[in-house]
Amino acid sequence: MKIAVTSGKGGTGKTTVSTGLFHVLTKYMKYNVQLLDCDVEEPDCHIFIKASETESFPVYLSVPEIVADKCTFCGKCKAVCAFNAIVMLPPIKFIEVSKELCHGCGACTYVCPEGAITEHNEEIGKITHYDYYTRDEFIEGRMSVGKALQTQVIRETIRHSEERSVVIFDSPPGTSCPVVATVSKADYVIMVTEPTPFGFHDLKLMAETVKQLGKRTGIVINKAGLDYKPLYDYIHTNKITILAEIPFKKELAEAYSNGRIIAESDNGMKTIFQGIIQKILNGQTN
Amino acid sequence: MDKPIEIVILSGKGGTGKTFVTSALASLAENAVFTDCDVDAADLHLVLTPDIYKTEDFASGSKAIIEQERCTLCGLCKDLCRYQAINFKNNQFEIDEFACEGCGLCAVACPAEAIRIVSYNNNKIYHATTRFGPMVYGKLGIAEENSGRLVSKIRQYAKELAMQKGADYIITDGPPGIGCPVISSVTGADLVIAVTEPTLSGWHDLERLLGLINGFKTPVKVIINKYDLNKQMADNIERNLEKSGVTVIGKIPYDESIVYALIEGKTIREYSPDSQLAKQFNVIWNQVKSSIYEPDSI
Repeated sequence: MKIAVTSGKGGTGKTTVSTGLFHVLTKYMKYNVQLLDCDVEEPDCHIFIKASETESFPVYLSVPEIVADKCTFCGKCKAVCAFNAIVMLPPIKFIEVSKELCHGCGACTYVCPEGAITEHNEEIGKITHYDYYTRDEFIEGRMSVGKALQTQVIRETIRHSEERSVVIFDSPPGTSCPVVATVSKADYVIMVTEPTPFGFHDLKLMAETVKQLGKRTGIVINKAGLDYKPLYDYIHTNKITILAEIPFKKELAEAYSNGRIIAESDNGMKTIFQGIIQKILNGQTN
Repeated sequence: MDKPIEIVILSGKGGTGKTFVTSALASLAENAVFTDCDVDAADLHLVLTPDIYKTEDFASGSKAIIEQERCTLCGLCKDLCRYQAINFKNNQFEIDEFACEGCGLCAVACPAEAIRIVSYNNNKIYHATTRFGPMVYGKLGIAEENSGRLVSKIRQYAKELAMQKGADYIITDGPPGIGCPVISSVTGADLVIAVTEPTLSGWHDLERLLGLINGFKTPVKVIINKYDLNKQMADNIERNLEKSGVTVIGKIPYDESIVYALIEGKTIREYSPDSQLAKQFNVIWNQVKSSIYEPDSI
């Protein structure tokens, strides 16, 4: 079972939920489990999961380079590039690939009739494996600062995962391509929200995305306490399962701020996280 | 002033209070244009409640489609695709639309000319007016890509509008993270306000954001939101920032009235004009303005 933890809005508690579930699954429930940090722009799971690093692998993008001497300025590479990454000024014999825009697809290299394009690997991120309670339980994807191809780093991170009874993906915020790259590989989607207008607005966007992808889903309401009626009405009308409500407590906020796992803060919390897993694995959700 | 000053509110980590800060500044900035570049999950309109006068579609990207009746099953497309977006399933080659980047290599290479590239038109750009001034914002189609391009277009419209109206400021509610939409939001901006929170994650993510902004040489000021949830960490963050020459221009306490203001669709200044919080934003806005006119800052 692959479970993606998502939110739409950032900061609602994706990492709190994914690290909490992971920790409870491995430590107390003795499951064969793996946690993947797919929020490669801002990977934060490692702050809570104090694990030992075992191996790391660079993620490369194959970036083209045009040898101006061989180039005849025919313009085929520029015409084929879907990302407008090729700057060409024939009168001054200037041609260059803009690295910021290049997606490394290889189309220019393929169409160049002169063999004037060579490619070299550029590091855009890193994937790190960690041991936690057992071997290779935590994998982090991390995009290099200044790079823009987060989706490619996410896909590579997911390729590093293996078949386990439960694999948890800590997803990036939002609803666009990086989120879809994560959610489309999952069997079940946990949507974490908070009872505020922003949390609710972004939850609706997320629910729509999950629906389009045809995934089973349930909600965790974090920082619960504020009786924000529109949220509860929406959940009720759309018959979405509430997997758990995590109350807002200053102690929890403080534990989180110091990098402690919320699920460990008291027995009540542990029970909440175990309950989420049981509901999902026993199919007690829509 | 000839050119509007563009201020972008960013955070690295999501949920630290970008939109809250943006809306508070919006209520103070006279003669400004507002944009929401968090096109994945735009929320600023929930507070500024804009009246939209024009909506336009914006092409987001493209995807490959295989015409199965023309396909000779040679498999060249699958071999060439670097995104593993073409799979052989049910005796035919199929495009995984979520993995396809729309680069068009397969379409160019296909000897049977069986592959077409179609563009998607699912994004929206809204032109609107608000009680504080004009606003341009966008909405990414569900599950769409290329939010960077949409962000660039929104900023271009905002700039044109600001020039035309002679606005002094463009205030942008930015996206979380440090990826393509953030890069698109910060390129060429005059000032970044980074909103963080006193948590290890907030700090870790802010450091990565500062690393990115540093590459652009854009001046940056920091606001620590909910600072009293962990005062010690807030102090640590402030000290560390000072060492690298970054000024903290405000430390905002955790305050439930922020949520209640939001529920009523109000900025903090409208919700409780005499509160400490509202007064604090007057100070912050003055600091923002004076930092802009420091001769060495821009």
